[in-house]
Amino acid sequence: MAEKQKMVKIHILGEPFYVPDGLTIINALEYAGFQLTHGIGCREGFCGACGTIFRKKGDYKLQAGLACQTIVSEGMYLAQIPFVPAEKPIYDITKLPPDITSFKELYPVIFRCVACNTCTKSCPQDLEVMDYVQALIKGDVEKTADLSFDCIRCGLCALRCPAEIVQYNAAILARRLCGRYLLKESRDLTNRVKEIAEGDYDTELDELVKMDEDKLKKKYYEREIKLFD
Amino acid sequence: MYPKSMQESLKNVEQTRPERLKLAKSGKKIFPMMSADERNKILNKYHPDFQADARCKIKIGPNKGDELTTEVTDILETYSRINPKDFDLSNPDYETDVLVVGAGSAGFAAALLAQENNVEVTLVTKLRIGDSNSMMAQGGIQAAVRPDDSPTLHYLDAIGGGHFENKPKLVRALTFEAPGSINWLKDLGVMFDRNSDGTMVTKSGGGTSRLRMHSARDYTGAAICATLRDEVLNRPDGIKILEHQPVIELIKDKNGKVAGAVLYHLENREYYTVKAKAVIIATGGFGRLHIRNFETTNHYGATADGIVISYRAGAKLMYMDSVQYHPTGAIFPPQILGFLCTEKLRALGAQPVNSAGKLFVNPLEPRDVEASALIKECADKRGIETSYDLAGIWLDTPLINMINGDGTTEENVPAMVRQFNRFDVDMINEPILVYPTLHYQNGGVEINERCEANIPGLYIAGEAAGGIHGRNRLMGNSQLDLIVFGKRAGKFAADYAKGVKLSNLSLDHIYDYEKEVEKIGIDRKKIAPMILPDYIPDHVKAKQLTTEYHGTLI
Repeated sequence: MAEKQKMVKIHILGEPFYVPDGLTIINALEYAGFQLTHGIGCREGFCGACGTIFRKKGDYKLQAGLACQTIVSEGMYLAQIPFVPAEKPIYDITKLPPDITSFKELYPVIFRCVACNTCTKSCPQDLEVMDYVQALIKGDVEKTADLSFDCIRCGLCALRCPAEIVQYNAAILARRLCGRYLLKESRDLTNRVKEIAEGDYDTELDELVKMDEDKLKKKYYEREIKLFD
Repeated sequence: MYPKSMQESLKNVEQTRPERLKLAKSGKKIFPMMSADERNKILNKYHPDFQADARCKIKIGPNKGDELTTEVTDILETYSRINPKDFDLSNPDYETDVLVVGAGSAGFAAALLAQENNVEVTLVTKLRIGDSNSMMAQGGIQAAVRPDDSPTLHYLDAIGGGHFENKPKLVRALTFEAPGSINWLKDLGVMFDRNSDGTMVTKSGGGTSRLRMHSARDYTGAAICATLRDEVLNRPDGIKILEHQPVIELIKDKNGKVAGAVLYHLENREYYTVKAKAVIIATGGFGRLHIRNFETTNHYGATADGIVISYRAGAKLMYMDSVQYHPTGAIFPPQILGFLCTEKLRALGAQPVNSAGKLFVNPLEPRDVEASALIKECADKRGIETSYDLAGIWLDTPLINMINGDGTTEENVPAMVRQFNRFDVDMINEPILVYPTLHYQNGGVEINERCEANIPGLYIAGEAAGGIHGRNRLMGNSQLDLIVFGKRAGKFAADYAKGVKLSNLSLDHIYDYEKEVEKIGIDRKKIAPMILPDYIPDHVKAKQLTTEYHGTLI
């Protein structure tokens, strides 16, 4: 990095710290001397552990984002969220119908949605959270699964929701029901699993396991490569 | 949003693109694959594993005399965090049949299968459950499902990719059980990408001879891991969960069987003991050791803890001299240094090109070969310089939509698009800058096909296991190995736990090991496992004078 780094003043838990401009919030916290055990995870925007809320100087808005994906700015007030308390009912996926009845039973809270769109505005993945909750209320499990697919379960939607819905947990159930029951069957997969169970590949594989290295190498380098449909 | 210094090179990429696009669309090979000799040559000269001080002999323990990755040797030649005399092992804090250590996909699969085999399961993890490298995997999971493919071809690809050093029986299990694993995950509710007729969407990956990569957009690992996590949470009667409590030592019984573990609670700093009839290590890899100062794609917790405690307990390691550098880690802007740019980008048609806009390697060589080719190009001064002493290679991502149609990138790699957008790079219309990044621990504790280490009661699954991939894993075989060997570990550990009788518990192996460490003159301050990496800068550390203070303040 450049030698003379511009510094910005940020507030961590209310205390001012000076950190180099351009750092992500996670890097800024570490720069300030915090060793984190909560509110931190993959550091690449995939795990949802580092949901955070903050205010920027001179801005009335309380913003939400991922600490590993948000760059600090002058005057930023930061609050780490170590944990999101959220209900997750227990269920047996093999016994649930893939329709609205499952949600009426397990997540009746979704029907409290007042369509205020706060969830959507707080989603660091820019998902249409309110739209998927509304789709779920109408019983469209597939649409919910599709719209929530990129959810990383940071829980910011649930934290900000005035109706106290646990959007992201309901969405996992929608995706699981969709994956198990609503997608068209892949015949290739069914056939291959059956072939394997019937022992179709046993002999071939056993031969490969025993094959001497020279022969195996020859087979490998001479194998046909077919990477087009 | 690239700085002026990169604009000229960017123009070169645009200039050569029409020609490269034409070739890609023709269906012909866009660049020849290297022969076995060429592969060896480039690996020996440019792969980081083959640099002068990359490896160093370990002086103690089961692999005494073997050359291991220097940073691995370093973290193994260490003392324990605890003194065994502080523990009353006759009165453990927890008791369980099977203790699963690590809550990524391998740990989850193991816990589920152990529970289904009617034993009590305790799942412990360093951070939150689900915090793992598994959650971060983007590209896909391999399984020979297409009619033109077979487990046999998958076997050949995997063992060839591993330079024929993989343990054959492990490769057999991996490839034979792949389609069944996809089916198992589908039944649990993982939404794999499908074509409109229901067939699975399959892509190629480095070193595959067929279209075999199954995906869930570029959130494949997250889709699998979050589903398994949800299922584990649905079985509270069978699976007890302890979070924020890394395992810092294994416990054995007087007869040498592994018989539990010591946990360290990250919040209240208490140590707890768990008595277990069998222990499954599913703690993942070592990316956060930043081997050879490489940036990493890995999770914050990937510090090789499971390897350290297993080795101390007497477990033999295999191929811990081998590191996987993912060919394409982000190198611009600096906030995302080392972040994974999935191999799926290249499978979809993105090409690595140098500062002159020239394609210099087939985009889908096995990972070690591809990474070496990128390193060579930069070493030969054909890379693109940044303002922070690092050079990279363009990965020409706009080709993806040009080859496959508008919207392909957005639909197939939304995570990548989102990631780069956040940092003002529009990967749909401009290339991204990449360089190899520390990605995967090829080796680990040596296992057999029952996931057993060489000590009774110790099972290993996932990245912590060694032997499955030889010294080079192919894309999509890791997500697969988590499931195949996670399930196996759970089942075989449960079977074993039902029959085993333990004698008195002991931590004596720590004394024995530390005697050896002392003999080779290691400083007492060198303690492992690391638990978490430390990114606090030196000037701050210099003022943190009481971090070892024992009083009322931490």
